[in-house]
Amino acid sequence: MTATTEAPATTVAEPSTAAVPAISLTGVTKTFQSSRESFTAVGGLDLDIESGEFFSLLGPSGCGKTTTMRMIAGFEEPTTGVVRLDGTDVTDVAPNHRDVNMVFQSYALFPHLSVADNVAFGLKRKRVGKAETDRRVAEMLELVELGGQAKRKPSQLSGGQRQRVALARALVNQPRALLLDEPLAALDLKLRQAMQMELKRIQRDVGITFVYVTHDQGEALTMSDRIAVMNEGYVEQLGTPAEIYEHPATRFVAEFIGTSNLLTGTAAATTSDGTDVRLDCGQHVLVAERLSEGTQVDITVRPEKIQLSTEPPDASLSRVRGTVADTVYLGSSTHYTVRLDDDTEIVVFQQNDRDLSAADAVAGRGSDVWLSWRLSHSYLLPS
Amino acid sequence: MRRKLTPYLLALPGWAWLAMFFVVPIAGMVSLSLTSGNVITGFYQTFNVGNYLDAITLYSEQLVRSLLYGLGATLICIVIGYPAAYWIAFHGGKHKSTYLLLILLPFFVSFVLRTISWKFTLSDNGVVLGTLKSIGLLPADFAVLNTAPAVVLGLAYNFLPFMVLPIYAVLERMDHRVVEAAHDLYASKLQAFLRVVLPISLPGVFAGGLMTFIPTTADYVNASVLGGPGNTMIGSIVQTQYLVNNDYPIAAAITFVLMGVLLIGIFSYARALGTERVMEVQAK
Repeated sequence: MTATTEAPATTVAEPSTAAVPAISLTGVTKTFQSSRESFTAVGGLDLDIESGEFFSLLGPSGCGKTTTMRMIAGFEEPTTGVVRLDGTDVTDVAPNHRDVNMVFQSYALFPHLSVADNVAFGLKRKRVGKAETDRRVAEMLELVELGGQAKRKPSQLSGGQRQRVALARALVNQPRALLLDEPLAALDLKLRQAMQMELKRIQRDVGITFVYVTHDQGEALTMSDRIAVMNEGYVEQLGTPAEIYEHPATRFVAEFIGTSNLLTGTAAATTSDGTDVRLDCGQHVLVAERLSEGTQVDITVRPEKIQLSTEPPDASLSRVRGTVADTVYLGSSTHYTVRLDDDTEIVVFQQNDRDLSAADAVAGRGSDVWLSWRLSHSYLLPS
Repeated sequence: MRRKLTPYLLALPGWAWLAMFFVVPIAGMVSLSLTSGNVITGFYQTFNVGNYLDAITLYSEQLVRSLLYGLGATLICIVIGYPAAYWIAFHGGKHKSTYLLLILLPFFVSFVLRTISWKFTLSDNGVVLGTLKSIGLLPADFAVLNTAPAVVLGLAYNFLPFMVLPIYAVLERMDHRVVEAAHDLYASKLQAFLRVVLPISLPGVFAGGLMTFIPTTADYVNASVLGGPGNTMIGSIVQTQYLVNNDYPIAAAITFVLMGVLLIGIFSYARALGTERVMEVQAK
């Protein structure tokens, strides 16, 4: 299956009752021509992005997600197809005449301008009055918590602060849609997670359509209302994060999203470290997040974060018991499939940095093992 | 203790070099510029400030002319060099280094030879003017050589790479996404250039300006080869006083007057462009 699997029936079939999508791509393709070869970045795209939604284009590098975004922004012209903003055909409209703004991966801040002047750039080009420009810039800097940094230069800011300037510079124009091209890729993990929440909060506050390009499934799952999983220029699956995660429509989606293990459970009690979660299999694990009792949670853990051992691991870790169902030896690592009491399978990637015979003894098929991971290595999917 | 000394020890050869080949000669020249006498009787230190008065009063015309020629050549270099640097940096593609090599190619031929070849090219009945005159496009008495434009154009030609390279370096290093960002924020192509590309590249223009203005102002080859008696530049005066008249004190005094004027010019130029700000951008 290659083309869009879920054509949103509401928009095309019943135009009279459905709201006009904020962004609509119809039959869009993009082929890059050079003298010697041609490369099809986008093979055929039909997408409707609803007004006010947080929409992610998710896929590996080279899947066409960035090209798609650049066609929405106007930096690339589609080879075929139509791009509409609010129902208006903008396929041939230059970027400076499109009511969308972009947050660049490298931020692309203007190094010679202060933070405030960076943010005011778009408003000045639109000839918004000085008083209103000043007011909106100040408001926006407050929103992204950079109120005290207005006079500084981008070079004097940290990575996270630059990221927020880029966000403010785009959002202050109150565009029809905000396009974000892997905006968190340059940040370290902790900052990235904080910014994910921040972005979601800001998106709720301003109510603007966000189109978010990322290769990080966790990021897309955490923030998006809907996700289009892209591969080799086509949308493989379009749906909410839960739909995509739990019901992958294609093998590609299953593999691309499936690098995480999913554990479902219920918050049983809060502890000093976080929350004790009772898994569906009856075992208990710790999560760092504080949850109110009875909350249903989906815990995901990346296979490479899990430690496998025969001895009970430290109680401060999240840990479960299971039985090794399968092992795949891959040289530098071994992939284990561990089955819990309720037949939940957990995939574990273990580096073979120990003596092989010892590892083999730990990991023999059918042996009972402990799986453990640090609290910071698991995170909750929004349910 | 030793660790603290290491950086100074490492700098020592450099300092020694500067002392031997910059400080000592300059001091010698300052001393020489204050002497009296002539080459036959010898020069005696008399702290003769009159040399400087002579330098200014006798040669102010050539001094002003040199500054104007240098300024003209620098402006021409900006007008020609900026678009060239811009094109190579933004549209040079895979062949950027080839284009840069082409810019530098004239440097493989001696400076004097290049200037002399201009003299042949532009001579009154040479390849260019002769042809244009024979087909009646120019009057028979039209001349380029021995005029101010000939000297200024010669200077601009000879020092153009010094303008192109620093501008290119800044434009090349610049994050080209900022241009897209400007378009994304409603700037037209012209606005994106004026508000973003040009300000970011100013340090390059500043550097290029210095690297062309200083040597063009002090140059004497172009004026000697392409100019006439009415186009004498201050460099020619220094050369004549030194090598022909052997009046070392006045030659030294003229040199320092030129140096002083250039330094004042550079500092006011840096002020006007807001160099600190400009340098800050470059540092990033």
